[in-house]
Amino acid sequence: MSHISARPASLPPISLPRRVTAHVAHLLILGLFLIALAPLASLVVTVVSRGWSRLDPTFFTSSMRGVVGAGGGALHAIVGTLLITLAAVVISAPIGIAAAVYLVEYGRGALARALTFLVDVMTGIPSIVAGLFAYAVLSALLGPGARSGLAGALALSVLMVPVVVRSSEEMLRLVPSDLREAALALGSPVYRTILRVVLPTAAPGLVSGVMLGMCRIVGETAPLLLVAGFTDSMNYDLADGRMATLPVFIYSQWQNAGRDHVAYENRAWTAALVLIAMVFAMNLAARLWSSRKVR
Amino acid sequence: MKTIHLNKKVPVALIMTAAIAATLGLGGCAANEAAGNSPTTDAATTGGTSLSGTLNAGGATSQTAAQEAWRAGFQNANPNVTVNYDATGSGTGKQNFSQGGYLVAGTDVPYTAAEASGAFASCATGSTLVEVPVYISPIAVAFHLTGIDALNLDSSTIADIFTGQIQTWDDPAIAALNPGVTLPSTTITPVHRSDSSGTTENFTDYLAQTAPSAWPYPAAQSWPSDLAGEAAQGTQGVRETLSATTGAIGYLDASQASDLGQASIKVGSSWVAYSAQAAAAAVEASSMDAGRASTDLVIDLDRTLTDPTTYPLVLVSYMVACSQYADPNDGALANAYLSHIVSSSAQQAAAQNAGSAPLSQTLAARDASVVGAIK
Amino acid sequence: MTIAFSDMTASPTRTLGSSGRRVSRFFETGSRGVAVAAGGVVILALGGVTVFLTVQGWPAWTAASGLPQNASSLWALAGPLAFGSVWASAIALVLTAPISVGVALFLSEYAPRRVARVLGSVVDVLAAVPSVVFGLWGLMVLAPMLAGPYAWLSAKMGWFPLFSGQSSATGRTILTAAIVLSIMMTPIMASVCREAFTQTPQALREAAIALGSTPWEVIRLAVLPYGRSAMISGCMLALGRALGETMAVAMVLSATPGLVSLQVLTSSNPNTTAAFIAQNFPEAHGMQVSALIALGLVLFAITFVVNAVARRVARPRKEA
Repeated sequence: MSHISARPASLPPISLPRRVTAHVAHLLILGLFLIALAPLASLVVTVVSRGWSRLDPTFFTSSMRGVVGAGGGALHAIVGTLLITLAAVVISAPIGIAAAVYLVEYGRGALARALTFLVDVMTGIPSIVAGLFAYAVLSALLGPGARSGLAGALALSVLMVPVVVRSSEEMLRLVPSDLREAALALGSPVYRTILRVVLPTAAPGLVSGVMLGMCRIVGETAPLLLVAGFTDSMNYDLADGRMATLPVFIYSQWQNAGRDHVAYENRAWTAALVLIAMVFAMNLAARLWSSRKVR
Repeated sequence: MKTIHLNKKVPVALIMTAAIAATLGLGGCAANEAAGNSPTTDAATTGGTSLSGTLNAGGATSQTAAQEAWRAGFQNANPNVTVNYDATGSGTGKQNFSQGGYLVAGTDVPYTAAEASGAFASCATGSTLVEVPVYISPIAVAFHLTGIDALNLDSSTIADIFTGQIQTWDDPAIAALNPGVTLPSTTITPVHRSDSSGTTENFTDYLAQTAPSAWPYPAAQSWPSDLAGEAAQGTQGVRETLSATTGAIGYLDASQASDLGQASIKVGSSWVAYSAQAAAAAVEASSMDAGRASTDLVIDLDRTLTDPTTYPLVLVSYMVACSQYADPNDGALANAYLSHIVSSSAQQAAAQNAGSAPLSQTLAARDASVVGAIK
Repeated sequence: MTIAFSDMTASPTRTLGSSGRRVSRFFETGSRGVAVAAGGVVILALGGVTVFLTVQGWPAWTAASGLPQNASSLWALAGPLAFGSVWASAIALVLTAPISVGVALFLSEYAPRRVARVLGSVVDVLAAVPSVVFGLWGLMVLAPMLAGPYAWLSAKMGWFPLFSGQSSATGRTILTAAIVLSIMMTPIMASVCREAFTQTPQALREAAIALGSTPWEVIRLAVLPYGRSAMISGCMLALGRALGETMAVAMVLSATPGLVSLQVLTSSNPNTTAAFIAQNFPEAHGMQVSALIALGLVLFAITFVVNAVARRVARPRKEA
């Protein structure tokens, strides 16, 4: 990250209009930033104040099996979200980055054009359509009614890959050509140049892109409800059986509340709080890592 | 310019793995789940009296809270069985059942007689379709007016409000039905469901049967699109909009209307507020839909009842199953779970959690004889 | 701006020994193969979705009955919904674009590095908040808060076509939905822009500084022109999310399907395609399912057109 350095002292003083413009621009940009933060602040205040009441140990040590009305927890959904999200990242990140490398470093001709076309179109796919597609594929392969966490991860990958490709492509294009040329001139073969020069230089951007993709999918509800299903019980096996996730948990607690709807809503808000905290932690970790790696 | 260090590698995956490991360490198994009942236990080995296996069901969202109570009771009695209910909606539920994805399904809209005689993937040859009413939910016409908890509204007035003929609360038509109530001049904001739902279908069916001149639309799952008014997503969206807006009126599951003012509807010549008994009585007083198999207990709801002990604005939701499954273990599971659902204790549990009306004894007995024969 | 390897004809691998060259060639082919395979997998998966939507939705294109809302044809259904999608997303984009660029500039140019890192994560987290939670927040917090200002706007500025009509008593209008969408879009666009801005070559900045530029002039002369393509890319990613957003819109918006209206403050608003699919799919059967899937394809087409235009704008010289 680079900052605007001090102005060389030898230059003549800046005229008043330019100084004013610079200050106005500074204030404007600060203002825009604060405007962006305001809804976040409101959202966080809402989620924390409503989610606080159920932020107790039971919430993290219990599932919903056998629970009616108040009580219970979301351990099953927390585990499910971690496993499914991780699986989706493991599937999408290599494919997405490799596809972006192809587009930027190798891609010419029909394959590249088809890839660009499809990635563009897919960035706007409604999540429910991705879910329907994954469901159709799953039914064809494993028979109707098959549900698994892995299938959920695949549906999420359909949503995540375009984001990773598109943002990685952008980051790879920003790697200065001088670096590539310098490496090639030193006799480094293309693959080594990509692995040792291009990818490391773009690493923070790539990590950011993967994080962006992860953020895009971690809160998805509709495709998971269709292909990963919903259960009250624990399930650690990605390959077999329904798996609960936090967004589906939130959705079903809100949408299908029982008579004592406050108990259901509280669970939903607490789950939202936990989900946001988890994502924040992952995001911060990734950012710290990528910025330490390249400075 | 950037300097590149290649050797400091702390992969993100490692951090995430650590996070997962921490979670797993926190609770290798959930505190409320006994060690023995792995939820992914593979299919049924029905040994002796105890059932085991997984029963996957899904469908109508209306039943979700009731299914939660039924599931909990059933799983506590049969710790080696896991029951799942996906609240995917009636249409998806039936489709999954037809293709064999769900062993049993919940639906607000039963199969038509023609569909019911078709083929179903999980059923044995020669099996007939089982459809039993299991969930009776009164629909409340609820409103939000400061200081007024109850009003009398007949169906033509309700229709006029929702079609925009009546625009303010102090309209003479409303005042005439409510002598002695001081009505404000607040604008009426009618709220309907924006998603397609069984609740909307039953509400519009009620208006179409009882006030055909004021309500020229057919019964339908989605709201007539040429009507103005506020649209809200799901029961909870309607409840939230009603409680946030003074002057609003809407229709929703009665169990979710307890914080709001509720209208009594006109049955015969009396005003009837909703109650569980009256709702169940309305279902019992209606006749069976003709031309179906003896296991296909679809009710043709009569909204024009005149008996003041009935509340005909109700939603009836069904469970769908096969009378005979291709796999006997499936049959045993379906038989046990459906028998549990129609038992009086389960019906009471659903009333507690979902605010539904328990099946009357006659209905419950009829259901029980059908589901008890599932094999 | 970038020179791809395929453009560089002279291979410098000649400097290696013959066995090294063979190993090198092996890896060369291997790495190229991996990249091509990844591209192929993406095409297969995404092409699969397109084929799926086309095949499953096919019967609905010619159907005249059995469609959702008793529509007379799919076009009658799709047209107003497509308008709603584009209209809501366009309002959201107008709101989100300046804010996102401002956020990105603040984080890359003005904020101290440590602060920027934490704040950057904070903004990114907005992208991960589930739609349902945005929907809940929009429904419970934002909409009631906006009902008052909407009534004022409609009373004072009702002469302005967008603000005409009876203002909604609940605040659940298309403007509110667009605001929620813009909040959901901001982190995506801001993240892409910030990454690009921080990648501005130091040489460009220094050149601007050497000319005596103020910080704003550095931004104007070096940072913004360099990040132009990324800004447009960010817009497109954000727009993609807005077009495809279902639950948040479905929960916040009071929609009348089939309506085409530019008024942004009334109770009757056009519905969006994605929200309509989500609201009707659970109870759909037969032809209705086909129609909803066909609507998914329409949404695809919209996204494609929008993206194609953006590609053209972002990289006019490429692929010419």
